[in-house]
Amino acid sequence: MKTMKTIEKTVKDIIKKYDGDKTAMIAILQDVQEELRYLPKEALTSISKKMEVPLTRIYEIATFYNAFSLKPRGKYLVEVCAGTACHVQGASNLMDRMERDLGVDCGETTEDKMFTLEEVRCLGCCSLAPVVRIGADVHPHLTQDELPKIMRNYK
Amino acid sequence: MVNFIIDGKKVEAEEGKTVLQVARANNIGIPTLCCHESVAPTGSCRLCVVEVKKGKRTRIVTSCLYPVDEGIVVDTKSERVKNVRKLVMQLLMARCPESDVLKDMAKEMGIEPQPAFHPETDKGKCVLCRLCVKACEDVVGVSAIGLIARGKKKAVGTPFSEDSMVCIGCGACAYICPTEHIVMESFGTKRKIWGRTFKMQACDKCGRYFAPVDQLKFISQKTGTTMSDLVTCISCK
Amino acid sequence: MSKINTLEDLNKAKKRGLEAIIPSKTKIMVGMGTSGIASGAQQVYDALAGEIKKRKLDIILSKTGAMGMDCIEPLIDVMQPNKPRLAYSKMTAKKVPEVLDQIVKGAVDGVKPAYRMDEEDFICLDEKKPYVKGPVSKDQKDIPAIGSVNFYKKQLKLATRNCGMINFESIDEYIAKGGYFSLYKALTKMKPEQIIEEVKASGLRGRGGGGFPAGVKWETCRRAHGDIKYVICNGDEGDPGAYMDRSVMEGDPHSVIEGMIIGAYAIGASQGFIYVRNEYPLAVANLQRAIGQARECGFIGKNIFGSGFDFDLKIGKGAGAFVCGESTALMTSLEGKAGEPRAKYIHTVEHGLWDRPSNLNNVETWANVPAIISRGAKWFTSIGCKNNSGTKVFCLVGKINNIGMVEVPMGMPLKDIIYEIGGGIPGGKKFKAVQTGGPSGGCLPIDLINISVDFDALWEAGSMMGSGGMIVMDETTCMVDIARYFIDFLEFESCGKCVPCREGVQRMNEILNDICAGKGKEGDIELLESMSQGLVDGALCALGSTAANPILSTLKYFRNEYVAHVRDKKCPAGVCKALIRFSVSEEKCTGCGVCLKKCPTECISGEKKKTHVIDQTKCIKCGVCKESCKFDAIIVE
Repeated sequence: MKTMKTIEKTVKDIIKKYDGDKTAMIAILQDVQEELRYLPKEALTSISKKMEVPLTRIYEIATFYNAFSLKPRGKYLVEVCAGTACHVQGASNLMDRMERDLGVDCGETTEDKMFTLEEVRCLGCCSLAPVVRIGADVHPHLTQDELPKIMRNYK
Repeated sequence: MVNFIIDGKKVEAEEGKTVLQVARANNIGIPTLCCHESVAPTGSCRLCVVEVKKGKRTRIVTSCLYPVDEGIVVDTKSERVKNVRKLVMQLLMARCPESDVLKDMAKEMGIEPQPAFHPETDKGKCVLCRLCVKACEDVVGVSAIGLIARGKKKAVGTPFSEDSMVCIGCGACAYICPTEHIVMESFGTKRKIWGRTFKMQACDKCGRYFAPVDQLKFISQKTGTTMSDLVTCISCK
Repeated sequence: MSKINTLEDLNKAKKRGLEAIIPSKTKIMVGMGTSGIASGAQQVYDALAGEIKKRKLDIILSKTGAMGMDCIEPLIDVMQPNKPRLAYSKMTAKKVPEVLDQIVKGAVDGVKPAYRMDEEDFICLDEKKPYVKGPVSKDQKDIPAIGSVNFYKKQLKLATRNCGMINFESIDEYIAKGGYFSLYKALTKMKPEQIIEEVKASGLRGRGGGGFPAGVKWETCRRAHGDIKYVICNGDEGDPGAYMDRSVMEGDPHSVIEGMIIGAYAIGASQGFIYVRNEYPLAVANLQRAIGQARECGFIGKNIFGSGFDFDLKIGKGAGAFVCGESTALMTSLEGKAGEPRAKYIHTVEHGLWDRPSNLNNVETWANVPAIISRGAKWFTSIGCKNNSGTKVFCLVGKINNIGMVEVPMGMPLKDIIYEIGGGIPGGKKFKAVQTGGPSGGCLPIDLINISVDFDALWEAGSMMGSGGMIVMDETTCMVDIARYFIDFLEFESCGKCVPCREGVQRMNEILNDICAGKGKEGDIELLESMSQGLVDGALCALGSTAANPILSTLKYFRNEYVAHVRDKKCPAGVCKALIRFSVSEEKCTGCGVCLKKCPTECISGEKKKTHVIDQTKCIKCGVCKESCKFDAIIVE
């Protein structure tokens, strides 16, 4: 958990970077999320006050776009690609296996806060289908059988 | 002024008017849910669709947004129009099976619920017309409620579903709601809406509790009128 | 970098760039687009850098974008003076020392290059520069020429002309390929109206899917009232299975930028925006760098080429919403709001971004513009087919041998793309369908394999060009499942503003889920059909009004599969889990025990070397047994 002070400072610096430009709200939220790894309620409230934008408008944006998370995510984001190419190559079996092995449903974070499992609609690595991205690593041509071994490398 | 034909009738209308406005002025009934004279139309419910022929092209448009144009031919009751309205009504009835407003509208339009759509249980009577959000933002100028999420998870509410600190309890959202989804409870000195309880102001003349104190404070702040000038109700003024 | 104000300055940069493109010493280029990196290009690059340093070799190590043949990545290109350019495929760090040995020796032995190139095409300058003066040496002749490689044979690269050819970090190399000469020509020798006429005459149609004539759009925007106008590049490439715009933004960002500046001048816009999808960080980085370079050179800024024309360009980043590929939603998002579309009765070329006239084209469309200005409309119309001039870039993915990005003249028969360029279907399986146009498109069956791939023919067949994804499906793909997949995608991506799309797509998804789960009822298919018409007519934006296309086209061409699911409770392709059953073939099972070990629910039993048995009550149909069986002994029915 981030302290109120860190959140305030992060928000202040980022708003300054964009000169408080209200049309840059999406970019501001992206930067805040990158710093804090999610969008805490305190950050949104702080942005609302500092930029004089109603909290409802900010909350609207934060819940509309898929990239934003209002909940803390795990250390690693596990994204199972559900692009068409991955789908026809059996991506749904990979997702089922991930859900079973991690013991969470898609969209949830494991109890130890290590992994957040999500589905992503096409990473554009169709030639490597099916793929799973864990953190920054794209794992190509996966079979469900290989997953446990790969997951053991993330600690 | 522009001249065009609507349901076989020649009409004249001011430029900039929408087809819906002109239709209603000519006593042609078009059903709507998300349209209200005090806020800008959004075209979200799609009930008001009509068929418009412009030149060679015929298409379905939303009459609440479509501006009248010279020489267009409008059909408000074509088969395609009816098909869209039927689908919209059936979808909304499945979303809000409890809504009497929808049931009555459907009855009038001769539309039965679609048995293949499983009725939902958690949406209340909200059809997501967004009139409440618009009224709160554009008319009242408060933005206490907004739209949340997208797609099938879309909803209307306060941020984080918590009590709104900016809500003034004016009740505009409840008044404008076409399906009576937003509940406002009044009990004498108090009013309850969006989970918050507001203290009501008694009229200094007749003693009737006529408006939330927070609302009067908001008006005072916005207009510079003193509070003492605001504590008289409209009938005693 | 110094300012480039005159033709002389431009020619100087061109000279520098040419020396970098075809240098007088050895150069190695590593294909470092997103898919290259995902398959290990960074490791190859690092290994090359390390080994070059260790051996103290005088070799230029450079980066380039994706050439297109993704299935053979990581790819490196080796260029030595007066030698053909050699492409080494499926490179690994391990192969690096050997490749460097070959370079030092100057002879090919051991690791064999995939193909060689003897010359380089400078499309915008209408010239070809040979790498080799005189005949190609004997040992090099054995390496197939790129023109003989099926994947490349029928391709023609216009929009992707520089991808995989130049270093995307170098503006000089872009200029050497003829870049920014079109801008110079446009700004100093042409009137805005002339440019619009040229683009109109070229017949260039919007490559984002709609196929609206770009020149006509530009003209309307130029004529629209307003002092402030905008040009926008739609780089929100959201169709799953399509990544050509990403490849252009990553591999040749200047082509998009140059196209936009020319367009802005023609339209009378002084501000531009490139809206890039959130999932494309490398594209953003490469565009950002390129915009900085263009600004330093004076191509962006005040009084460009002394013409008095000012232009500024910014990047807007998406945040994960497919609907933002729709023009009005994209503009709403650029304004910093939730990207909901609005009705387009008043066009965005008149009232768009911040209610001002705004001209939006996609990445590929903009990238074509400099080539058209340089070579002329007549040249452009000589490529392609009637009413469909030029080329189209496609991403050929799915059940196909040569997976990658291809650019072909429009009007090419589908079968040439699938069987010649794509090399057919892997594993001896039968072609079933190709899906084009993303979630708004449709599936084309084998009967349409000779169809001309152009905007109009695809539309007539119930699909659409879309942005260019081509997903190939074989007999093991269930078409009902594919329709369900796209509807599920759209349910997730619907903005939720209008009722038919928000509620209707959700209901269609429920019906399709029921059908795939063996709970389909008589009348479901007809209900889907009538709902589809309601969506076409009733939805607010193109996402909703085309949402039913995947259902309509699969119903049109594969209705029997729907019937099999609903009436017979069978999935002919063996995909839908509720309708299939896994068993072991007595004939083929060797009793090796692999499936038994891998089964996550331990539902397979059997002694070594004896036929195994699957306990149907415990089987979750995950398919791991089928994936791991080397003897094809798992039966799915």
